[in-house]
Amino acid sequence: MLSDLEPLTVLIAEDSAADRLLLSTIVRRQGHHVLTAADGAEAVDIYIQQRPHLVLMDAMMPVMDGFEAAQKIKQLAGEQLVPIIFLTSLTESEALARCLEAGGDDFLAKPYNQVILAAKIKAMDRLRRLQATVVEQRDQISRHHDYLLNEQRVAKAVFDKIAHSGCLSAPNIRYLQSPYALFNGDLLLAAFNPAGDMHILLGDFTGHGLPAAVGAMPLAEVFYGMTAKGYGLAQILREMNAKLKRILPVDMFCCATLLCLSFQRCTVEVWNGGMPDGYLHDSLSGVRTPLPARHLPLGVLTPQLFDDRTEVHPMSLGDRVFLLSDGVIDTADDNEQLFGVERLQQVFSANREPDCLFEDIQQALRDFRGEPRDDFSMVEVRLVAPTQLNPPPPVYSDSGQSSPLDWSMSFEFRAQTLRRFNPMPYLLQLLLEVHGLRAQSGALYSVLSELYSNALEHGVLGLDSSIKRDASGFARYYSERNQRLDELNSGHVRVHVHVTPHGDGGRLVIEVEDSGKGFDVARVLARPADSNRLSGRGVSLVRQLSHQACWSDDGRSARVEFFWEALA
Amino acid sequence: MSVVTEVSPDGQKLTISIKGRFDFGRHQEFRESYERLNQKPESIVVDLKEATYLDSSALGMLLLLRDHAGGEDSDIRIVNSNSDVKKILAISNFDKLFDIYPKEDAGKDSAGEKDKPQAGHLQDKLHPGKA
Repeated sequence: MLSDLEPLTVLIAEDSAADRLLLSTIVRRQGHHVLTAADGAEAVDIYIQQRPHLVLMDAMMPVMDGFEAAQKIKQLAGEQLVPIIFLTSLTESEALARCLEAGGDDFLAKPYNQVILAAKIKAMDRLRRLQATVVEQRDQISRHHDYLLNEQRVAKAVFDKIAHSGCLSAPNIRYLQSPYALFNGDLLLAAFNPAGDMHILLGDFTGHGLPAAVGAMPLAEVFYGMTAKGYGLAQILREMNAKLKRILPVDMFCCATLLCLSFQRCTVEVWNGGMPDGYLHDSLSGVRTPLPARHLPLGVLTPQLFDDRTEVHPMSLGDRVFLLSDGVIDTADDNEQLFGVERLQQVFSANREPDCLFEDIQQALRDFRGEPRDDFSMVEVRLVAPTQLNPPPPVYSDSGQSSPLDWSMSFEFRAQTLRRFNPMPYLLQLLLEVHGLRAQSGALYSVLSELYSNALEHGVLGLDSSIKRDASGFARYYSERNQRLDELNSGHVRVHVHVTPHGDGGRLVIEVEDSGKGFDVARVLARPADSNRLSGRGVSLVRQLSHQACWSDDGRSARVEFFWEALA
Repeated sequence: MSVVTEVSPDGQKLTISIKGRFDFGRHQEFRESYERLNQKPESIVVDLKEATYLDSSALGMLLLLRDHAGGEDSDIRIVNSNSDVKKILAISNFDKLFDIYPKEDAGKDSAGEKDKPQAGHLQDKLHPGKA
């Protein structure tokens, strides 16, 4: 097995010069290199200087005996195995036992038998090499482990920067994640869009460790980038799905729930692909409406087959949306019983103080005696008044020197386009090239979105907003909207934009026209702006946020103005 | 063996049965069960009668199998899943990709091919005229 050819350096410690010479000759003849010492102390010195592979040690020697020398050498050798074979004329078992206790690995009785000596040296060499291999592999594993831990630390630091560039610290968000949840594939992101709506994503990648975290990076990038530009959930989902499908291997995907909370409209839009049920908690009635998975996870389907349909639910101030990862309900006890949805719902019904829901769930998991899993995420978002939130102002990378100040542009979006394309982000990007408008980007985006969705939904699609008077009508309205949009074959929305210098600043006029039946402008404008009504919020929002909002052509054409002062 | 394979005499149908936990530990065995075949079977049945649990990496393995068997054109039935397993398949909406039968006989009856329930199946959207 092991090569016989590899010569060893053998130290012979023996006080009798004759025996020393005899042994040296035998060992040298077997092909090994020989060092000699006349007593224990000399043996230790030589060991320190020359580090022989193996020691033949006489037990009885002057100055320092073999037992003490053996102990010292073993100590010096540390983890390395330096086999020590005692040379002894002792025969009582007690003395022989002492040889081994002192750290000897074997003994050889005098007079020496050449064949046995050769065999023992060989056997000890095998042991020595085995030990060396074990130590080397252990060190290698430990180096790899340190290396991996360090990689994880670095990756986590980088990722935390990306993940926390969002608004997870907003006062209406509470979340709980196990510290290394990311490396088990959990991902939690939150950000404001230009209108002050909040997007939240809770995702769960298949697989563990670095591969899962790697997939999270592009997902976060798409989420933040597109949210900041004002894209809606459908487009963000399409982009995320397409990107993951392109970059991930077939057996990797990302279960995800994406929410859009609109504090202006008091709604939540939901898409759930493969995550456990989320819950919409009505703070007044205490009812929890499940938000079940209606879709395959992200990264499974081709873009052609991907389904971006979302559901919209009305919310009132103080209502909450609760999302969790499967780490919670798949927590298993000693008998491999899962915690399960039923136990979670028992926690819900027993929960008295909504702010303590997380603690109640954790307590229930502890009571269940579940093996705590490290991929465990929960998040809860409350609907609050827009004034309670302070969306950070958008950051622009250009200098604004090239701001265009005198221009106009018209668009006509026809049925094929209206069905699947949302032009708002593009229009907003275009308008934000005008430096003076940037300070009002939120209001601008809200007004633009309202005018566009009014033109599309009430104009082109002919939907009656009074359907939205209660929660069930609300759901009906949005399912009707999706159906009519799918079947849309004719109609158009036109958007005209005029930017002109005005005093030291400028003026923006936006006109939005549609091909619909129009509405009774005088009657709608005369209605009081009732904040509790689910329908008809759009018009009052537009009037609040822009100047000179007016409607003409029997409501088929809306016109608003924005002004800005000279820039400092 | 926690992954058992059986090929019909004509080589047209492959049945893969999983015993115990269907998770990453079964990865190698599961892949080998279909990759080592010389002849590509027309249909594949994944029998989960004795599978106690299924995690997300198992879902990934099912996607690999589907990809190997031709993606949208594959014919894969998942049969005999217990209620825990069924829940996991339902949450993931995997019924949109695979034909999932509660009982084995519903899927095994090849004479009943035309009765094969395909409601909501993605193949319908791809090839509306196929059924």
